[in-house]
Amino acid sequence: MRQVKYIFIREFSEYFISPIAYIVISIFLLITGWFFFSSFFLSNQAALRAFFLLLPITFSFVVPAIPMRLLSEEINIGTYETLLTLPVTFRDVLLGKFLAATAFTTAMLVPTLAYPIFISFLGDIDWGPVIGGYIGAILLGAAFSSIGLFASSLTRNQIIAFIIGMVICFFLTLIDKMLFFFPSSIVGFLQYIAAGYHFENISKGIIDSRDIIYFLSLSFLGLYGSHLILQEKY
Amino acid sequence: MINVQSLTKYYEDFCAVDQINLKIKKGEILGLLGPNGAGKTTTLRMLTGFLKPTSGDIHVKDFTIEENSLEIKKLMGYLPESAPLYHEMLVYDYLTYIANIRELDTDQKNKRINDLVDLCGIREVMHRPIGELSKGYNQRVGLAHAMMNDPEILVLDEPTSGLDPNQRVEIREIIRRISKKKTIILSTHILSEAEATCNRIAIINKGKIIADDKTESLKKAASGEYFIHISLKNTSLQKIKDKLGSISGIVKIEKENSTNKIIHSKITCRTDQDLREDIYREIKKTDWTLLELYREAKTLENIFRELTKENE
Repeated sequence: MRQVKYIFIREFSEYFISPIAYIVISIFLLITGWFFFSSFFLSNQAALRAFFLLLPITFSFVVPAIPMRLLSEEINIGTYETLLTLPVTFRDVLLGKFLAATAFTTAMLVPTLAYPIFISFLGDIDWGPVIGGYIGAILLGAAFSSIGLFASSLTRNQIIAFIIGMVICFFLTLIDKMLFFFPSSIVGFLQYIAAGYHFENISKGIIDSRDIIYFLSLSFLGLYGSHLILQEKY
Repeated sequence: MINVQSLTKYYEDFCAVDQINLKIKKGEILGLLGPNGAGKTTTLRMLTGFLKPTSGDIHVKDFTIEENSLEIKKLMGYLPESAPLYHEMLVYDYLTYIANIRELDTDQKNKRINDLVDLCGIREVMHRPIGELSKGYNQRVGLAHAMMNDPEILVLDEPTSGLDPNQRVEIREIIRRISKKKTIILSTHILSEAEATCNRIAIINKGKIIADDKTESLKKAASGEYFIHISLKNTSLQKIKDKLGSISGIVKIEKENSTNKIIHSKITCRTDQDLREDIYREIKKTDWTLLELYREAKTLENIFRELTKENE
């Protein structure tokens, strides 16, 4: 298990060596900042609701860009061979990389903490939904990172990995907005697998074990899927 | 130390490695020799636990690869072909990372890195990104990577491919320096290299081992035979065969090619004596014109070419 730590440190620090990290963070902050503040003063409410409402959609195309290179780049350059002939297991590799991507998504959220802090000067902010929203955002980031990692295990091309990850994340985010297209018998099921639905619950400030279990199991599924793919390939 | 039994690997329908058996003793330097695509890399990848064999067993010491691949990986150091390393990392950071993964403790780590840096001669590039290094330095960092845990078994896949002759000698020199206490398996398609560094050579072609012996025995097998090339005018191959075939020691006379009534032929001799004089004396008795006569020693190169051609 010590190997997980070193793989995590390596992957996490590599994000900040390459310019990709800064590009992704800037794009994320630009988009969320613009959409949030363009309507913020109109609604005249000291709340982050609009920010968290939009977050699953922003996340579903920004987050898959973070883990997209984690496996496909290694497979492409061949460093995968040097890595796997070190005394590490698939589990160590995947966990280390998954944690690095999750830590990076969390780091991406840190600058947005400025929003609630400044809003609290403007009015009386309700901290419950804000804290709930950030916990939800970290969990959502973890789940999407794990899906991105899975996409990255499928191909040696980072762009393809990104697109696959994005499609899966978009599907999970938007499925509960399109429930009226489906027969009522499967609506309950579709709502349960929708990431947007569970995230909305948490961001209202209600921390329900069902939602937490949902995000944790989604992360687990992504990791398990990548594990199966790697085992099958090598 | 290492015991490989009927190791087989299929990629889809293509058989890359076919029923290979190998026993490698402690302290041996085994050269896996073969043309490109013969199955060398696949064999090494299975040996290091990177690829799963389709069938067959690999035992290293008391471990088997299916059950104890982690223990085997701890015993081994492996340098894949063309040393793929993380390009963005500094050499120093990379070696520290490997030392951490290999679970060296802090004192040991610094000492080991220091030793390896001297051994591989990479002190002056320690603070440069790996992606900016020349191929020779990249390969040396790869060697340092493979030797980080002071492994009992060192597996090197084409350690000198793509290097210039000077760099090749340097890498060979490093391998020789470390070879005293280690079991080394290296693959190459360059014969002279296997000859210079290995004390045992296994020639592999189309996934099969077709020769496996000590380097000296292979060389000795080669030294009993040699070739004489002659070019003659005013004659025919049949006449040459009639005239020279009777000389004892001559095994085979073949035509290499003929141009403008000149016949170039190759005579295979299996004897310790030099037959050039006898051949000359025989030819002097005739009215043929002798244009050329020279001797070619049979080297490992010839054996290699013969063995790998026959199977085509």
